[in-house]
Amino acid sequence: MSLHKLDARHTLCPMPVIKTQNKIAGLEPGDLLEVTCTDPGALSDIPAWCRINGHTVKETRENDDEVVIVVQVAS
Amino acid sequence: MSTQPNSEKKRAVALISGGLDSLLAAKVMLEQGIHVEGINFYTGFCVEGHTHAIRKKDKAKPKRNNALWSAEQLGIKLHIIDIIEEYKDVLINPKHGYGANMNPCLDCKIFMISKAKQWMEENGFDFIITGEVIGQRPMSQRKDLLPIVVQESGADDLLVRPLCAKNLEATLPEREGWIDRDKMKGFSGRNRKPQMALAKEYGFEDYATPAGGCCFLTDKSYSDKLVDLWKARNKKEYELDDIMLLKVGRHIRPAPHFKLIVSREDGENKFLQGYKKNFAFIEIKSHNGPLTLIDGELSDDDLKLASRIAARFSQGRDADVVTVKTTTKEGREQQFDIPPMPTSEVKQEWYI
Repeated sequence: MSLHKLDARHTLCPMPVIKTQNKIAGLEPGDLLEVTCTDPGALSDIPAWCRINGHTVKETRENDDEVVIVVQVAS
Repeated sequence: MSTQPNSEKKRAVALISGGLDSLLAAKVMLEQGIHVEGINFYTGFCVEGHTHAIRKKDKAKPKRNNALWSAEQLGIKLHIIDIIEEYKDVLINPKHGYGANMNPCLDCKIFMISKAKQWMEENGFDFIITGEVIGQRPMSQRKDLLPIVVQESGADDLLVRPLCAKNLEATLPEREGWIDRDKMKGFSGRNRKPQMALAKEYGFEDYATPAGGCCFLTDKSYSDKLVDLWKARNKKEYELDDIMLLKVGRHIRPAPHFKLIVSREDGENKFLQGYKKNFAFIEIKSHNGPLTLIDGELSDDDLKLASRIAARFSQGRDADVVTVKTTTKEGREQQFDIPPMPTSEVKQEWYI
């Protein structure tokens, strides 16, 4: 299991989801992906995308004008 | 539940826009035991709540991507596909022309269905579903145009429109008995009551009802800004950042060779901060005020004019002078005091 990072700042929905989707396509099951966004909509969209595709949101946090979402790739 | 005679479950890819019709069309197929997965295309012009949520005043509203919401209601996977680059040719050279604004609806529909067909073939699916209803939209869903979509997209009789299938010739999935034609719908026209009744029957509530459609290109104000962009550049081309910025701020063109993008409030200010590396910009230092991006090459006189306009939108609009700081694209900074332009001098025709 390894930790990967994705910068999706200054993009608007649905680009953070598309970037997450495309990044995860190249990761291994169990890997963690930390996505940083500035669109607050990502807080609802990335978890929704994870739910319908079987991935797990391990953590979400907000600081200043950024949101960070940590996703674990489905096994 | 399955009505199909084949032992192998048939697989359909549904174009999911996030609206009610595509939600219902996919549900009609799921009810027949078809394996459905959704596909949603992102052109860069899609209207989404988050785009509006750039503005701080909208941030209290619930935020959701309606295509994702639809997929979740349906319990299906959704594949969101970035078609920004390929879509440029659709918008710039639409074979069937534009609608009331810069919306190339028929070419767009043909393109998306051709992309769905490509995805279907690459992923081993059997047919395509859309939520089209005859006569619902003036450009892309007219009865005489639906066959053009079928033909030019290359989808042929693998394109199933469950909400109006009974008004159309049987498709291959119907003829082969993969799906039961009798359980399809025969909706037509602009009346939404049949869809609303079906939504109620399926238990769908809180579905999206976008008043202005799902595409910024149907919006006159947005289309005017796009046409202005092309005119200023002397060519029809754009990048994603260009079309995102058309959604944000006041766009003011005091002269043919430059345009100002003036944020309207704090949310837009924050959004435009992300573009400071790509543009010259003006900041108001003595008062609260907007961040203003400058698109174009400015002389010193132009910069003074631009700064006076930017100052007019600050809280110092009634002050004798306002302190502004300008930064060129190369990072050269200047700070000076300047009288804000009186509102009466900001010409209406400058607003795009």
